[in-house]
Amino acid sequence: MSVLVNKNSKIIVQGFTGSEGTFHASQMIEYGTNVVGGVTPGKGGTTHLDRPVFNTVKDAVDGVGADTSIIFVPPAFAADAIMEAADAGIKVIITITEGIPVADMIKAYDFVKGKDCRLIGPNCPGVITADEAKVGIMPGFVFKKGEVGIVSKSGTLTYEAADQVVKQGLGITTAIGIGGDPIIGTTTKEAVELLMNDPETKCIVMIGEIGGQLEADAAKWIKADGNRKPVVGFIAGETAPKGRTMGHAGAIVGGADDTAEAKKRIMRENGIHVVDSPAEIGKKVKEVLG
Amino acid sequence: MNLHEYQGKEILASHGVRVQRGYVANNAEEAVAKAKQLTAETGTGWHVIKAQIHAGGRGKGGGVKLAKNLQQVEEIAEQIIGMQLITPQTPPTGKKVHKVLVAEDVYYPGESETSEFYMSVLLNRGKGRNMIMYSTEGGMDIEEVAEHTPHLIFTEEIDPSVGLQGFQARRIAFNLGLSGNAFKEMVKFVDALYTAYVQSDASLFEINPVLKTSDNKILAVDAKVVLDDNALYRHPKYADMRDILEENPIEVEAKAVGLNYVDLDGNVGCMVNGAGLAMATMDLIKHAGYEPANFLDVGGTADAKRVETAFKIILKDPNVKAILINIFGGIVRCDRVAQGVIDAYKNMGDAIKVPIIVRLQGTNAELAKEMIDNSGLAVHSAVQFQEAADKVKAVLS
Repeated sequence: MSVLVNKNSKIIVQGFTGSEGTFHASQMIEYGTNVVGGVTPGKGGTTHLDRPVFNTVKDAVDGVGADTSIIFVPPAFAADAIMEAADAGIKVIITITEGIPVADMIKAYDFVKGKDCRLIGPNCPGVITADEAKVGIMPGFVFKKGEVGIVSKSGTLTYEAADQVVKQGLGITTAIGIGGDPIIGTTTKEAVELLMNDPETKCIVMIGEIGGQLEADAAKWIKADGNRKPVVGFIAGETAPKGRTMGHAGAIVGGADDTAEAKKRIMRENGIHVVDSPAEIGKKVKEVLG
Repeated sequence: MNLHEYQGKEILASHGVRVQRGYVANNAEEAVAKAKQLTAETGTGWHVIKAQIHAGGRGKGGGVKLAKNLQQVEEIAEQIIGMQLITPQTPPTGKKVHKVLVAEDVYYPGESETSEFYMSVLLNRGKGRNMIMYSTEGGMDIEEVAEHTPHLIFTEEIDPSVGLQGFQARRIAFNLGLSGNAFKEMVKFVDALYTAYVQSDASLFEINPVLKTSDNKILAVDAKVVLDDNALYRHPKYADMRDILEENPIEVEAKAVGLNYVDLDGNVGCMVNGAGLAMATMDLIKHAGYEPANFLDVGGTADAKRVETAFKIILKDPNVKAILINIFGGIVRCDRVAQGVIDAYKNMGDAIKVPIIVRLQGTNAELAKEMIDNSGLAVHSAVQFQEAADKVKAVLS
C-alpha cells in the first residue's frame, strides 16, 4: 500500500501533446510510471508516446480506466482542466501549472470539494512513490526507496531534502509536493495525515514556507493525533521581508502569525523536530530514526 | 500588482462604487486647474490634496492636506509634489511623490454626523473563498483595532457558487449600525464593491475609511487596490497601470528579462532554481552569519545566457560582496550549468569583481564540480549545501 500513487495507478496526462506534457510524460514513462494515455482536445484518436490520446478526460476514463491525472495545461485553462478531471471521476488530480488566477482556483476548489477525488497543487512538482510511480517533474533518481515520507510546498527544496535523507543511508516512501499557491487542493495537514496512516512510512519530513496557516494547522493536528511518528520540520523564508511575494504566490508574510519564526515556534510546541538550517534536514532525520 | 489610490478609485467607480471624486495632477499648476474643474462638477468648496505613492499612512507623513482656497491648492501641491514622503509603511528614506490627487471635500456638515468605517475584501486562504472584513472602527490603524478591540471586526464569507447575497450585504449594513437611507446606500455600496473585486480579479481591496456623509451617502474616501498578478493577462488595461517609478529599478529590469528577483539589504547575492530553495538558500546565508542581498529564482533554465543575465542583475546592487549560486539539477544538468557559469564569467571578465561560490547538486554534479575546479577562474565549487555556506564564510572573512 502506498500513498496517492503507486504502480497500479492508471495515469493520464492533460496537456499530453504540448511541449511540457510531452517532455515530462516521457520522463515519467522512463521512470516506469504507468502512464496509460493523455488528453488534448481535438487530437482524440491519435497516438502519442505510444499511447492513446483522448479528446476528453471522460473518454480517457471510459477508454483506459484512468484514475489519476497530471495537468500541464497553461494557466488560463488549468482550472477548467481540474474541473473536467473531477467531473469525469478521476480520483487523484495532480496540477503542476503555475500562474492560475486566484479567482479561477476559488471556483475549481469549490467544484472538487464534495466530489470523490483528491486535488494536489496547483503550482506543485507532483507526487512520487519511490520505485513505483513518478507523477510529477521531480528528478526520479534522487528518490531512493526507504521509510521517510516528505510533504513540501516547494519543488527543488524537496529534491534537496530527499537527497540529504538518501545520503544519510535512508530512503523515501512517498514525497508529496502540495504546491506554493494561496489556494491548494491538499493542505499540509491532509498530506501529513496520509503519511501518518501509511504503514511503510516511519518518519515524515514537513517542509513549509512563509505565508498562510497550513504548517501551524498541521502541527496542532500532529500533536492532537498523538505524535504517532517523528516529524522533522523546516520553514523557508526566515529572511524574507514582510509584504513581498517570494516567488511562490502564497509565500508572503501577512502578519505576525505567518512568519517563519512563528511557524517554527508552533511546530516545536507541538512536538516537531524543527531544524533552523536547511542543510540539517537529512541529519535530523537520521538522528530521530536512530 | 499594487495601484495608486487614484487608479483604485477609477476601478471602483467603473463598477458603480461611489468614491470621493477627484483628478490627478503632476504639478501645482495642473492641481489648480483640476481643483477648478472639480468645483464646477461637484460644487466642492474645499479640496483635499493627497500624495500618490504605493504606501499607506500618507496623512501621518504630511502627504494629505486640506486646501480651503485655490491659493492653498497651489501651495500645498507645490510642497507635496517632489517631496520624499516618509510614512510608517515606506522605507526610512521615504518615497518620492510624483503626483497628487485633488479630491472633493466629503466631510461637509449636514443633517447628521459623519461616520467612518473600515472595509476590506480579500481571500480567506484557509477556506479558499473570498471574504469581506469590516469594522465600525474606520479611519484608524486596523491592526490596532485587531489588537485592542477584535470584537469590533466582522467577517462575511462569500459562497463562490452563488456570490454575495442580499442578506449578507444587509447583515453588514446592520452590523455597522446603519438605518434609513444610509442603510440602503451601504447595501448598494457593498454589493458594487464585491462585484468590482470579482470582475477586476483583485487580490485585496482595503477601503479605510468608508464614509457615511452628513447627508447619508456611503463612499470610499481612500482605496488600496492590489490586483492578482496571475490574472493581469486578461486585463490589459489594468496591466498598463503599473507604475515602475514605484518599484525598485533592479527589480523592474529583472522582470523585463524574465527573472524573479527581489532586492534585499545584505551583501551576499544569490542565484537559485526554485522559490523554496531560493528562500532556503537566503536562510542558509543568514545562518552562516551574513545577510542575503537578494532573492533570485532562475527557474528551469540555467544556460550561459541566463546565468550571465542573472550575474549582471545581481551585480547592479553595489552592496554585493560575494555571489552564491545554488542549483539543484534534476532535468537541468549540472555540467551544463557549470559551463554556463564558466562562459558567463569569461564573457564578463573584469565586470565580476566579487568571489563566486557555485554549489551544484543533482544530475552530473561531480562532473560539474570538476569543470569548475579546473576552469582556472575565481570560482569556488561545493556539492553539499553546508559546504556552500562554509565557502561563503571562507571567502568573506
